[in-house]
Amino acid sequence: MGAIYKRELKAYFISPVGYVFMGVFLVLSGVAFAASTLYASTSSTSAYFTYLLFSFIVLIPLLTMRLLSEERKLRTDQLLLTSPVSLHAVVLAKFFAAFTLFVLTLGLSCLNFLTVLPYGALNGALIFSQLCGIVLIGGAFCAIGLFLSAITENQLVSAVLSIGTIFALLGVGLITPNVQNNTLRAVLKWISIFDRYYTFGYGLFDFVSVFYYLSIAVIFLFLTVRVMEKRRWA
Amino acid sequence: MIEAKRIVKRFGDKTAVDDVSFTVGEGEILGFLGPNGAGKSTTLNILTGYLSASSGQALIEGIDVLEHPNEAKKRIGFLPEYAPLYLDMTVREYLNFVFELKGATLARKPHLSEVCGLAGLSDVENRVIRNLSKGYRQRVGIAGALIGNPKILIFDEPTIGLDPRQIVEIRNLIRNLGRDHTVLLSTHILSEVQAVCDRILVLNRGKVVADKPTGEFVRMASAPERLSLRIEGDSERVLRFLRAFEGVRKAVCGAQTEENCFDYTVDVKAGQDIRKDLFFALANAGFAVLAMEALGMSVEDIFIKLVRDGKGAQA
Repeated sequence: MGAIYKRELKAYFISPVGYVFMGVFLVLSGVAFAASTLYASTSSTSAYFTYLLFSFIVLIPLLTMRLLSEERKLRTDQLLLTSPVSLHAVVLAKFFAAFTLFVLTLGLSCLNFLTVLPYGALNGALIFSQLCGIVLIGGAFCAIGLFLSAITENQLVSAVLSIGTIFALLGVGLITPNVQNNTLRAVLKWISIFDRYYTFGYGLFDFVSVFYYLSIAVIFLFLTVRVMEKRRWA
Repeated sequence: MIEAKRIVKRFGDKTAVDDVSFTVGEGEILGFLGPNGAGKSTTLNILTGYLSASSGQALIEGIDVLEHPNEAKKRIGFLPEYAPLYLDMTVREYLNFVFELKGATLARKPHLSEVCGLAGLSDVENRVIRNLSKGYRQRVGIAGALIGNPKILIFDEPTIGLDPRQIVEIRNLIRNLGRDHTVLLSTHILSEVQAVCDRILVLNRGKVVADKPTGEFVRMASAPERLSLRIEGDSERVLRFLRAFEGVRKAVCGAQTEENCFDYTVDVKAGQDIRKDLFFALANAGFAVLAMEALGMSVEDIFIKLVRDGKGAQA
């Protein structure tokens, strides 16, 4: 598992994908931060993190689109699957490689906060809670993207599917307040990634939400393993 | 040791592998021969655990590939039909990766150097695989299979895409490896299995059509049914002579190659080897034989023969 994880992380920086991801992430977060705090003359970071969440629509698929689709296209999956490594290990290694790069970049983007310090204090605890929420959501999205890269051998298809799915999961949160039907609204609220994030936004460490995001990640990792297993039986 | 027990693989309603059983003994080199689409690759993929069989069992050194995949896979070095290479890595990086992936416990540096030497990669170790020719890529694939020194080697068309000199090298390599490894290799080139294998298993449409030691196979193929000759002399007279010769079914005159010298193709009646008699007879008649070549049976010919013989035996 370690070998695959290491190779995958390295691969991000052999191809331009890793640099593009980090560059775009940092530029977008910088612009979002400037607009939401410096220009708005506030030290509240909630708007900033909301912007950041929506940038994941394009950023996370960039990380995950290649992971398994490329292996299948180049037939290198044949090497992985005939080596003494379990499918779970392959999938987890891929997931953690993407997740690591995501967390690292998010960590780097925290430098943004320093720019506010000369003008006033930041609420460290609140930011920490918001960061936790972002990390959890990012993990869930990485798992979804990984799953969608397992079902096709075309990177582009995988990317478009991921963009659509993440967009839908986030976008649902914007329309739920306007849905009249109670049942439908409850269902949409349940799906909505964004609705669960509010608690983190208020600085609450809500275990139900933590569990929710973790389950999404686990379920999609599990589905990824199943998809690959099923292909073997096809 | 490799054991395949009544392996069946269906893709939808197409049966790719149909009740295939065989054993490859320790230190044996078994050749898998068959035309394209005969089920060779599918069978190899099942033995290595890449695919699962619809029914039947694959055993590697007595270990079920499906039940204890990691234990079984540890013992196999596999080169698939398309060498599974990460094109953006250098040869060294790739082999390092495979080393770690397989969890090999040998001393890394000397082992990698040894494998590179065996596969003839020492002078391209630091080159990016993307920039290597097809032949070199194939060698990287072979090197990958050798890493960790597995007891069992499974090669799916190992010499495809190599130039003739490399083909000879790889065949020699495989033959040498066969001394202390169990080797299973697939090919659709008859001369290849003849050159390398102890035993030949012929697959056609997913079924085993023949399973014979190489010697027997060679005998089947060696009574040539078609000869190519280059004979000096008047073409009309030579042709008349050939057609009158005992055992000749058909003779055709081909292109003129030199002054008063033509190429001929002669079909021989099945089961007869007339080469010597024909040579002396032509010489006695005053026609100089400048070249004679037995056009070996192609795999297709062997198949036709096998299928024909099979029917004959049943009838």
